[in-house]
Amino acid sequence: MTLSADSFTDTDARMMDDPTGLDTRKEYLSITINDQIFGIPILQVQDVLGVQKITRIPLAPPAIAGSLNLRGRIVTAIDVRKCLGLEASGTPSRGMSVVVENKGELYSLMIDTIGDVLSLKLKDFEQNPPTLDPLWRDISQGIFRLKGDLLVVLDVPKLLNTIHS
Amino acid sequence: MDDLITEFLTETNESLGELDLDLVKLEQNPNDKELLSNIFRLMHTIKGTCGFLGLPRLEKVAHHAENIMGRFRDGELEVTPDYVTLIFESLDRIKGIMSGLEDTGEEPQGDDSSLIARLDAVYEGKDIEGTAAEPEQPAVEQPQAADADLIAEEEPDEHGFVPVRAPTHPGYSNGSGAESAPAPAKPDAELPMANSAAAEVGLATKTSNVAAQSLRVSVDVLEDLMTMVSELVLTRNQLLQILRTMKDTEFDGPLQRLNHVVSDLQEGVMKTRMQPIGNAWSKLPRIIRDLSMELGKKIDLKMTGQDTELDRQVLDMIKDPLTHMVRNSADHGIEMPADRAAAGKPETGTVWLNAYHEGGHIIIEIKDDGKGLNTDRIKHKILNNGQADAEELEAMSSQQIHQFIFKPGFSTAEQVTAVSGRGVGMDVVRTNIEKIGGSIELLSKEGKGSTFLIKIPLTLAIVSALIVESASERFAIPQLAVRELVMVNSKSENQVEFIKGAPVLRLRDQLLPLVSLDKILKLVPEDNVPAADDLAKAAIDDEGESDAANNNVSQSKRFDSANQYIIVTQIGAFLFGIIVDKVFDTEEIVVKPVADVLKDIDMFSGNTILGDGSVIMILDPSGIAKVSGELEASDTSMDTAESEAAQAQGNDKTSLLLFTAGSGAPKAVPLSLVARLEEIKLKDVEYSDGKSVIQYRGELMPLTPFYPGMDLTGDGNKPVLVFTDQGRSMGLIIDQILDIVDVVIDVQLSGTNPGLMGSAIINSKATDVVDVGHYLRSTNKDWFKNHGDEPFGDKDAENTRILLVDDSPFFRNMLTPLLKVAGYSVTTMESAVDALKVCESGERFDMIISDIEMPEMDGFEFAQKLKASNDTKDIPLLALSSHATPQDIDRGHEVGFSRYIAKFDKDTLLNTISQTLVEVGSEDSSRRASS
Repeated sequence: MTLSADSFTDTDARMMDDPTGLDTRKEYLSITINDQIFGIPILQVQDVLGVQKITRIPLAPPAIAGSLNLRGRIVTAIDVRKCLGLEASGTPSRGMSVVVENKGELYSLMIDTIGDVLSLKLKDFEQNPPTLDPLWRDISQGIFRLKGDLLVVLDVPKLLNTIHS
Repeated sequence: MDDLITEFLTETNESLGELDLDLVKLEQNPNDKELLSNIFRLMHTIKGTCGFLGLPRLEKVAHHAENIMGRFRDGELEVTPDYVTLIFESLDRIKGIMSGLEDTGEEPQGDDSSLIARLDAVYEGKDIEGTAAEPEQPAVEQPQAADADLIAEEEPDEHGFVPVRAPTHPGYSNGSGAESAPAPAKPDAELPMANSAAAEVGLATKTSNVAAQSLRVSVDVLEDLMTMVSELVLTRNQLLQILRTMKDTEFDGPLQRLNHVVSDLQEGVMKTRMQPIGNAWSKLPRIIRDLSMELGKKIDLKMTGQDTELDRQVLDMIKDPLTHMVRNSADHGIEMPADRAAAGKPETGTVWLNAYHEGGHIIIEIKDDGKGLNTDRIKHKILNNGQADAEELEAMSSQQIHQFIFKPGFSTAEQVTAVSGRGVGMDVVRTNIEKIGGSIELLSKEGKGSTFLIKIPLTLAIVSALIVESASERFAIPQLAVRELVMVNSKSENQVEFIKGAPVLRLRDQLLPLVSLDKILKLVPEDNVPAADDLAKAAIDDEGESDAANNNVSQSKRFDSANQYIIVTQIGAFLFGIIVDKVFDTEEIVVKPVADVLKDIDMFSGNTILGDGSVIMILDPSGIAKVSGELEASDTSMDTAESEAAQAQGNDKTSLLLFTAGSGAPKAVPLSLVARLEEIKLKDVEYSDGKSVIQYRGELMPLTPFYPGMDLTGDGNKPVLVFTDQGRSMGLIIDQILDIVDVVIDVQLSGTNPGLMGSAIINSKATDVVDVGHYLRSTNKDWFKNHGDEPFGDKDAENTRILLVDDSPFFRNMLTPLLKVAGYSVTTMESAVDALKVCESGERFDMIISDIEMPEMDGFEFAQKLKASNDTKDIPLLALSSHATPQDIDRGHEVGFSRYIAKFDKDTLLNTISQTLVEVGSEDSSRRASS
């Protein structure tokens, strides 16, 4: 899956000077889970939350951690680690969450830590390597090469879709 | 004044205002067809309503004015200022009559013949000269018309014309005032000014009185308001909760006041949503009347408590079940007059309908003094259906046996008549009522009659809920379902006892089955040993009654030692207890729907935010009853098998009418295609043009025997399935009606016989699914012809290519011939994925019709994909669904479906297709024109 052209329409006029689009930048909120860096397109991020009181939902799919109250709206908390098929890591989670909206409903993605907002150049973008875990291939839009690290771009709607199954 | 009249006045005042404005516009653009038809429609509505309400004067004037407009519309008469003036005059007359009506509740006396004569003159094309010649005419006759209350003065010229629109509708005054001037101008000039002005003003105020007293507000606005008030209530609750933990703060006073204001506000907003239940009953007397005529029974319908008010939303949801039940009472309950006389009852049977408030609920009582439920027949049916065996039945009270009529699939075929026993069964009634948190009870005594008691909440927006705790998690249970609370501990008289691990409680004279909330919600690990910390917590909560030694005791011991609370819950007639650890207080909560991913969990009806800001799940008692309930127990195995099949098929359940005809397997036809079921006397069958026909409702209806060579002689009766379409009917003669079932159809063998669509397994029997279309066409070759409504514009229908995507073979088989006959070229795909491939491969379609519930990729995603691609984004999309909630429809529109159509509504389907194509076509051409 490639980043489709129209997801870049929000990025600016630099396109004009750069017909190849490779210098075009796109901003991501970087997060870590089990020391792996992920990026969420910044425009999809509604909120960043600290530790929240979460109500457990019995009988819910395992990836659903519960629900919480965000200023009067009920938000479903997703244990992203479970969606990604990861075991709990040694490093204790700081209980951070990123709130995203999908199909009119709010979801809070529980992750380990939140990093900076990164402005990344399209020329550093790569397709998913074919060797990537199939589970991850589904929820990743592609990879950005960072200095010394690789950032996996999370496809939020697809991530949320995996919960159903 | 009569409610109807008030409503009529409000509505008509609005229409008249609109008419004024439109007429002026029309005068300026005499060729605006749309405007013309709008005016015509408004006038027509006024006329129709007057006729309905028995207002002959109004009706007459409106009728004659409408005539002229009809000629305008048909282009036979040119729109000239003179004619418009004449119409304005009629409007003024109508307003005058209405103001009289408003004052007295009756039409004022008066003579409109001269106005009508002039209207007719124009209508007949005799021209306006007549009018011009006698300009005084309106002045002379209008007073009576206008001012019933001023008749005493009897000075015609004084108030020679009815106050016109300008004062009544200030917003329109600019346009209409100027245009209407010519008509009243002459008489106006002659008026003694002061007097007329006073009369005018007085009347004007009166006219607007009723209109001003009630406002039409869009339901959406009210819903929004309600949502906001609900949020406000929640916030208030939160504040109060905080206040409780603090003592003597300065917030005390203001918060108290806020509390009161919010409560009043809540009440006020609720009131806007309240409607008298009589609104839902208004059709019933007519239904009963028609029924008694048709069935030859004497039935009296007595209604009390029509004024009882309840939430509009609730009202909408009970309307159909109520109608169904009253119909049932009349049809099945009340006996024929002769039977009644024989049983020593008065010949006229009575159906009572009563509604009243009782502690936050509305109770609706439907009672008849008919023959009551026939326990033996129900037993027989239960046995036949295999819903219980003879031994079990033996052990049941007749009350328990009667409950079976609420079960799905419990329709007794003998009862199928033209009026009931078809479509909505009692199980649907029960489901609908339970959906809104209500319950239904049935008391019946053979020979004496039956009583249904429906208990429904006043409103759905804010409910009172009991907050409970189980395994340290809190849950809300709607107070409505809670009958009582029982506390059990080691000192209490009654203990929780176990029968092979199943907890029960002796409650007074009854054995109450119990379910443990932590177990059904799997809050404790599967092995049933409560987690150590839970127990420790329980021990602490016991306020010292138990000690640390509890840590290692078995679960039954745990019941002994700790306080257990049992919430006695009633769903329908099924009483059971839910064991929880703690009970807190009750709280007013606003039910919010759960997130999409949680929709599949039956146990919760929603979630909400409590006063302390935490999210809490709302338990659905009927969901719990289903898991635990004996009510459902006997058919769970069937249910699961069926629901699995349903899952596999994308949940497309269809109501089928099963019947036999000729030899071989039972036959099935979708119930929704059948207009009525009738029984005909064979001796009434006549032959015309070599075909069998019958006189049916004043017309000749062609009859087709299901198979050739069916014996139509003799004296007996034969059941007939009546299919109706566009005013035409045909009857299909069959041998016997078997049953109505709700099943997932999976046509396994496609038929070689032209009349059959194929075979399917229904009720574990091979069943032939009938191709209704074949029989319809065989009776009348152009049965479907009118449907296409000339598919669209000048384009040849054959060139219109439709892609139909539906995972159910049944629907594909049903719709494809329908569309083909209507002249479209149809391609079918059984999954969205395949369909997408076809589109991507470059196949062009003029329209795509897609099912919503499909495995792999649902209709919404499919639509999104189509809209995302440049090649396909302009293809109109229609959604096809067996059940569509407003949310679904909204969502459908969001992702790009132009329309939502119910699966069985073939008329709408065909109309929508041609309409959508026309729309697209005109858009295209306008695009072409503009570019």
